Amino acid sequence: MKKERLELFRRMVLIRRFESHAEACHAKGEIPGSLHTATGQEAEIVGSCMALRPDDYMVGNHRSHGHPIAKGASINPLMAELFGRSTGVCGGKGGSMHLSDFSVGSLGETSIVGSGVPVAVGAALGASLQGSDRVSLCFFGDGATNEGAFHEGMNLAAIWKLPVIFLCENNLYGVSTPAAEVISVKDIAERGAAYTMRSEIVDGQDVEAVFDVVGAAVSRARAGEGPTLVEAKTYRFAEHAANMGRVLLERGLELEEWLKRDPIELYRSKLIAGGTDADELIAIETEIDDEIVASLDFARNSPYPEQSEAFTDVFTEPVPTPAWLNVVENGDG
Amino acid sequence: MANVSFLEAIRQAQFEELSRDDNVFLMGEDVRCNVFGTTTGFVEAFGKDRVRDTPISEAGFVGAAAGASMVGMRPIVDLTIATFAYPAMDQICSIVAKSRYLYGGQARLPLVLRMCMFYGNSNAAQHSDRPYPMFMGMPGLKIIVPSNPADMKGLLKSAIRDDNPVMSFEDGTLWSSKSTVPDDDDFLVPIGVADVKREGTDVSVIAVGGSVQYALAAAETMAKEGVSVEVVDPRTLVPLDTKTILNSVRKTGRAITVDPAHQSCSAASEISATIVESAFSDLKAPVLRVTTPDTHLPFSPHIEKPLYPSPERIVAAVRKVMDS
Repeated sequence: MKKERLELFRRMVLIRRFESHAEACHAKGEIPGSLHTATGQEAEIVGSCMALRPDDYMVGNHRSHGHPIAKGASINPLMAELFGRSTGVCGGKGGSMHLSDFSVGSLGETSIVGSGVPVAVGAALGASLQGSDRVSLCFFGDGATNEGAFHEGMNLAAIWKLPVIFLCENNLYGVSTPAAEVISVKDIAERGAAYTMRSEIVDGQDVEAVFDVVGAAVSRARAGEGPTLVEAKTYRFAEHAANMGRVLLERGLELEEWLKRDPIELYRSKLIAGGTDADELIAIETEIDDEIVASLDFARNSPYPEQSEAFTDVFTEPVPTPAWLNVVENGDG
Repeated sequence: MANVSFLEAIRQAQFEELSRDDNVFLMGEDVRCNVFGTTTGFVEAFGKDRVRDTPISEAGFVGAAAGASMVGMRPIVDLTIATFAYPAMDQICSIVAKSRYLYGGQARLPLVLRMCMFYGNSNAAQHSDRPYPMFMGMPGLKIIVPSNPADMKGLLKSAIRDDNPVMSFEDGTLWSSKSTVPDDDDFLVPIGVADVKREGTDVSVIAVGGSVQYALAAAETMAKEGVSVEVVDPRTLVPLDTKTILNSVRKTGRAITVDPAHQSCSAASEISATIVESAFSDLKAPVLRVTTPDTHLPFSPHIEKPLYPSPERIVAAVRKVMDS
């Protein structure tokens, strides 16, 4: 049990440090595109994923970095993906919004809000048709629960009694729009009632609480008792995305209050109060820093994809490369 | 060899592939009740799990098919009518078409989206589209548009066995048409190979789906006037067999593209552009398109029917390229 607790801590810190280094590299222009961090949300991410078996399925969203890390992915290919390198987990084709590692059961981190919900349902349908007891976990935000795809997926999972855990990462805002203004119910968990689906609300800053609630949902799903909607109440400490040029969200005291509920610090205190040596936790953090530095080295020293790679993976067979396009070797030209 | 209808060809293809591979399953609205006649006897043979009725929830079940395909299943989704794909547009474009690419080849999505193009029969604008051209602009989706029962069966079986997502656009004007279809359970028509439906030397008519029959009728008419028309059926629009099309045009020096879709950015437009780019020096006349004009399809049959390609319009186009 102690080992498991330290692993919850370790994975949360790994996500935090991975993202803070990524932000710094993004600010320097080393990482192209947009970067959506989940800082502040690590407990709901890690608590959920650790409640799964390695062979269970998971579908995530545009705030994608934490999900594969929490599910146990190696970080070198994840970092290299952010840098757009050929050694990236998606070969440099997906980037920050799509850090999906299928080797740990991921079936995509999809950046159109709500679009992953039916996919997760389909994975559960596939598992059930195959007679397997795998379950499917789907992460989506508060905003996604206003999408048709969410409601269609919820209904399908309910009528077919599929082993799905719908994990709503309610961080209170869609970019700048307060969820409270645009969602018809006080608690998103209430939306489960429309599908006669068991629903739970959990403190998304408390990693063990999330682990327990999702763990129970996983057990029910495996036992053939159908899906659960879990609403994790959480908060993102950063803007919707890094470097957007101006403040989109004026939060004042709200942010200060939430910063007091930093999931990593809350858990550190809890572990120490439970008898864990503070130095043991610092040692874990030092180890993680070394791991991150190594991943940055790996990413920076990895080649860019060749131009011809733009034409692979459209289909299982490559599509023709047009003659006018000079194929640049390891093309940073 | 048996003489079977287009719908029966679909039924046979699905039945044979469901029998052959346990990972194949069928889902869609009212598939158990056999609404169009393509699932006769399926529930008895395969059970309700593999012949799965869905709610009217296209985004939900297309996305679910994508998820199921990613974990090793091979779903056939019956969207019934092609315009019902529109509520599932995000799932088709963002998930089905892109997941393999976005994740660097980690995902495999062997699924088939079947839909009937329900035009020419007074069903008005919302039920009458032939929307394959808009999906030709979305890489990652194979597109089949068969023009007779044998091709329908062979292409659909290939689609079900393909490891990529395939959209099957089934021309409703062909439903009752019949042709001989081999009895062989492994009768496959390869995706990406055009078929010369009639050989000729003066004009190449490249026709899509239900317009192939009209091109053949026009060829018959023109033969009586001493003009030899070659009819090329691409059969699949993605991938498009440009080699067979260009070989035909280089031989005849004249080309007409025929397509029941709306003219702008139609398959006919794409094929015409390919011909002009690659075989310009062989052309003796401008490339003409015979398509449906860019207006919606009205309910009244009196004004709906003349809008589609017909043998008469193709004949007029052939005369025009022969005169220029």
